[in-house]
Amino acid sequence: MTIGLGHYLAVAAILFTLGILGIFLNRKNIIVILMSIELILLAVNINMVAFSTFLGDIVGQVFALLVLTVAAAEAAIGLAVLVVYFRNRGSIAVEDVNLMKG
Amino acid sequence: MTITTAGYSLLPVLPELMLAVGAMVLLMIGAFNGPKVTGLVTTLAVCLLVVVGAAEIMLPAGKHVTFGGSFIVDDYARFLKVLAIIASAVTLILSREFLADQSRRIFEYAILVLLSTLGMMVLISAGDLIMLYLGLELMSLALYVVAASNRDNAKSTEAGLKYFVLGALSSGMLLYGASMIYGFTGTVSFAGIAAEAKTGNIGLVFGLVFLLAGLCFKVSAVPFHMWTPDVYEGAPTPVTAFFASAPKVAALAVFTRVTLTAFPGIVVQWQQVVVFVSLASMVLGSFAAIGQTNIKRLMAYSSIGHMGFALVGLAAGTQEGAQGVLVYIAIYVAMTLGTFAIILTMKRNGQPVETIKDFAGLSRTNPIIAFFFAMFLFSLAGVPPLAGFFGKFYVFMAAIKSGLFVLAVVGVLASVVGAFYYLSIVKLMYFDEPVGKLDPMRVELRTVLAVAGLFNVLFFVYPAPLVSAAAFAAKSLF
Repeated sequence: MTIGLGHYLAVAAILFTLGILGIFLNRKNIIVILMSIELILLAVNINMVAFSTFLGDIVGQVFALLVLTVAAAEAAIGLAVLVVYFRNRGSIAVEDVNLMKG
Repeated sequence: MTITTAGYSLLPVLPELMLAVGAMVLLMIGAFNGPKVTGLVTTLAVCLLVVVGAAEIMLPAGKHVTFGGSFIVDDYARFLKVLAIIASAVTLILSREFLADQSRRIFEYAILVLLSTLGMMVLISAGDLIMLYLGLELMSLALYVVAASNRDNAKSTEAGLKYFVLGALSSGMLLYGASMIYGFTGTVSFAGIAAEAKTGNIGLVFGLVFLLAGLCFKVSAVPFHMWTPDVYEGAPTPVTAFFASAPKVAALAVFTRVTLTAFPGIVVQWQQVVVFVSLASMVLGSFAAIGQTNIKRLMAYSSIGHMGFALVGLAAGTQEGAQGVLVYIAIYVAMTLGTFAIILTMKRNGQPVETIKDFAGLSRTNPIIAFFFAMFLFSLAGVPPLAGFFGKFYVFMAAIKSGLFVLAVVGVLASVVGAFYYLSIVKLMYFDEPVGKLDPMRVELRTVLAVAGLFNVLFFVYPAPLVSAAAFAAKSLF
């Protein structure tokens, strides 16, 4: 069996869905949410690189590199906000994020 | 004057370069002198924004494209960038009191606002999906931090955390959409996508929906609005004023540019999405606001509703509709900043008060503030002849001309329901017993209030400059 574009897209779609589910179903820990966000961004990168290869166009790989860079910045800011939050509340459990009900 | 790098002209990005370098210089000033220069850094940041705005206006007229089509400066970009810069500068002025407090002298605040404004300018000028993503992230990453800027306050940090998690999720969805669009058209530039996207290919539509979902999140349109009330309530009030104004301008700008310039071939596909989002936002914004007791939460639902009204113009998909969106967002920014100047004044004995009941009897204790607030509320409700009416007028006219009668009728009905809660505050101010005098209003708040208030009340006398500028701006999109 040859591995084609469809297989790569399927893997990316599965990872993307797992990431989304990880954010919504997870009831335990905010760190898990941060990991889910990384999973979503990596799924996108697989998509980008797969398309880039199959289209023979370099732009997708450039985009993937930029996404990686921004994802690092995003993770840094997310962790910083999380540390500030932890100092105030002494907990990072998802169910404790409830001072305001929306 | 020609400045180039690697063959690309740098003239169109000159204002952005000035803002980026200026922000870094201010960061150095702050880093070397510590918290005692917070006031100075904020003042310099406002001056920098004024200079950047002037530079943007003075760029040679016409359409300029650089970085191989990634960055577009046209009348549309100029109009919205100036609007976003004004909104950011006014927010910085409104924040002076918040930053003056001994425990909160954070000079980084002004720099984060500047960097976020830089992100907005990039976003407004974006000509391809990569630039769109980078602008959006530069804007959002700074916003997550300012939301949590009152870092010893549990509510503020919780607001920052919620905004971060949901914002990161939305940019993930936007990116997934962007990757699908890239894959099915083979290009990331809006012009290239427009040339490729002639038929509603399933993969392309799939990507488009994800892209629109991410953008709806940034303009806080239903069904991606759930972060808005919490973040507005938790964030410090000047930050809420910022969230309600400048980022909305940028997000709506890119929403309009992407749909109109990258997908003109598949209007039917995105029009359904925009019509649904706009209907749902108008209805939810009107009904959910009724039970609110906190004025910042109320403003959150109000802004959800207003984004729904602005999207009515986009749903029309015509040049008139785009003009309506531009007029609407400009008037919305003026109304919102004026309203927040009043909310920031609501202090008794040095303590901010935020519940709607605290406005009771304001007409007897502070008649001038009460008058202006009543005018803003009438304007938000869309009562003629105030500015808010004209915003609604242009978007609904465009919708009717494109045959979107249901959308226009539901919109008018939703604004009637919305009028109920705006007017109930007016009733509270004019007919209920006073609950005590407010602290005296600070000079900068008074100035902002006077300018925004007079614009709001006197707009009908001479609407031509704004309306014709919006018409020019909309024309450059088509």
